[in-house]
Amino acid sequence: MTAPRDTWVKPPFIANPVLRWAVYLGVIAYFGWVGLTMPIDWGRVAEGIGRAGKIFGGAFPPSFERSGLLIDGFLESLKIAVLATALGVLLSIPIAFMSARNVAPKPVFYLGRAIIIIARSFHPVIVAILFVKAVGFGPFAGVLTLTVYSIGFVAKMLAERIEEIDFGQVEAMRAAGAPYFSTLSYAIFPQIMPRQIGLTIYQLDSNLRASAVVGIVGAGGIGATLANAFGRYDYDFALAITMVIVGVILFSEAVSGVIRKRIQ
Amino acid sequence: MTSLSMQFGRDDWSRFTLKQRMMRYAIFLGCGLAIAWALTSIEVIWPWVWGAPEQIGDLFSRMYPPDPSNLETILKVLWDTVNIATFATTFAVLLSLPVAYISAQNTTPNRATLWLGRLILVTSRSVNTIIWALLFVAIFGPGVVAGIVAIMFRSIGFIGKLLGEAIEEIDTRPVEALEATGASRFKVIVYAIVPQVMPTFWAVAILRWDINLRESTVLGLVGAGGIGIILQGAIDTFNWPEVATILLAIIALVVVGEVISAYLRRRIL
Repeated sequence: MTAPRDTWVKPPFIANPVLRWAVYLGVIAYFGWVGLTMPIDWGRVAEGIGRAGKIFGGAFPPSFERSGLLIDGFLESLKIAVLATALGVLLSIPIAFMSARNVAPKPVFYLGRAIIIIARSFHPVIVAILFVKAVGFGPFAGVLTLTVYSIGFVAKMLAERIEEIDFGQVEAMRAAGAPYFSTLSYAIFPQIMPRQIGLTIYQLDSNLRASAVVGIVGAGGIGATLANAFGRYDYDFALAITMVIVGVILFSEAVSGVIRKRIQ
Repeated sequence: MTSLSMQFGRDDWSRFTLKQRMMRYAIFLGCGLAIAWALTSIEVIWPWVWGAPEQIGDLFSRMYPPDPSNLETILKVLWDTVNIATFATTFAVLLSLPVAYISAQNTTPNRATLWLGRLILVTSRSVNTIIWALLFVAIFGPGVVAGIVAIMFRSIGFIGKLLGEAIEEIDTRPVEALEATGASRFKVIVYAIVPQVMPTFWAVAILRWDINLRESTVLGLVGAGGIGIILQGAIDTFNWPEVATILLAIIALVVVGEVISAYLRRRIL
């Protein structure tokens, strides 16, 4: 029998010592190797510190002189967000039904899941670039982009909700001989509606945020105004825009939080 | 035999009361008006809208078949993208530890530090990665550094917020027990707080790494490194078959990232 230890040692995170040291060494090797081989020009980074001072000097105080441009940009972002949310939510309902395991036949289910995976894989900015190339600069490309973005999120969450529904009601309707669409609208919709409304409000908030970025690549809205300000070295205007964006996001986050709390 | 009217005071069943129904109609009307306002005042060229399906179809037809001749370069920058996400997540995690500590109500030293912490979190989360990237490209010049710093700045708010909430929810009894034995502040943190927030910490770090993989695919579009640079290059030169290959590579990256992070989360939680 070994003598009991008289000091307590914290149990290690990974019990197997060989595996533990292998993981530690692997992590160190990765960071060391990548850190050394990364294409970084340290001279330019050092110069950057001085440039940061100049940029921030140019940005203060923020300039609200061209507030007309700012307001127009924002209204356009809001319109893009509203239209994309409406369109996205509308389209995501059938896609959600397609990708719910319990109501869709297997091939349809895989098709629905594929649509969701593709819509979710691409960052909205990449989608925006493609749409700008396909349909031209402006808010229309923004609406299409955010519609795709909304489908990726709303359809995924809604499909998960459909998979969780109480199937008794569906069976009751089917037993009574109700046609397919009646079953949908009386047995399934009432169960998923609260989630759907919550998701819509969340997505509107989220689309408003995203519409500020898709504009940077030419898809309309406040992002276009911001990218222009950056491009012309108008850092004081850029700061003003950024401050307003932050303010609007905080405001819309608070509003959507209140609405969602009241619905639940 | 009781009829419906005797049971409920009326002889038809309806799901909502009149007031609820009015409320619902008002909300529908409000939504309709908002959509109508947006539709009629948005500055779009409608002929472009009607031509859109054809244009989009045309774009996809030009992408097919994907051209893998540049695959080696694509994989190399894809690897850069992974490294940007990993390095930025690591730095963000390290920097967000003190921020989470001061922005949790039960561990912050005083009110001033609490508000400083909250201010850092809100600023970091409200500015999108791309906007941070624009700023850091202007400062450091185009390249990987601007990308890492941009993602890092954005992630601090996310990780710090979730970690701060985890700290606020800890069981205070281990803390009190250690304090009662006269343990130093540092020991209280290491032995009473850290073990309790460890699972959340890893879960949040892995989740953010997964998000950052996606975010780092677009940094290159504003010049901040990663696969976005060659994507932009291919789009600018109308090399659509190569664009298709890059897009497929991005899907593969994101799916692999999701699988890895799902696996790690299951191991930890």
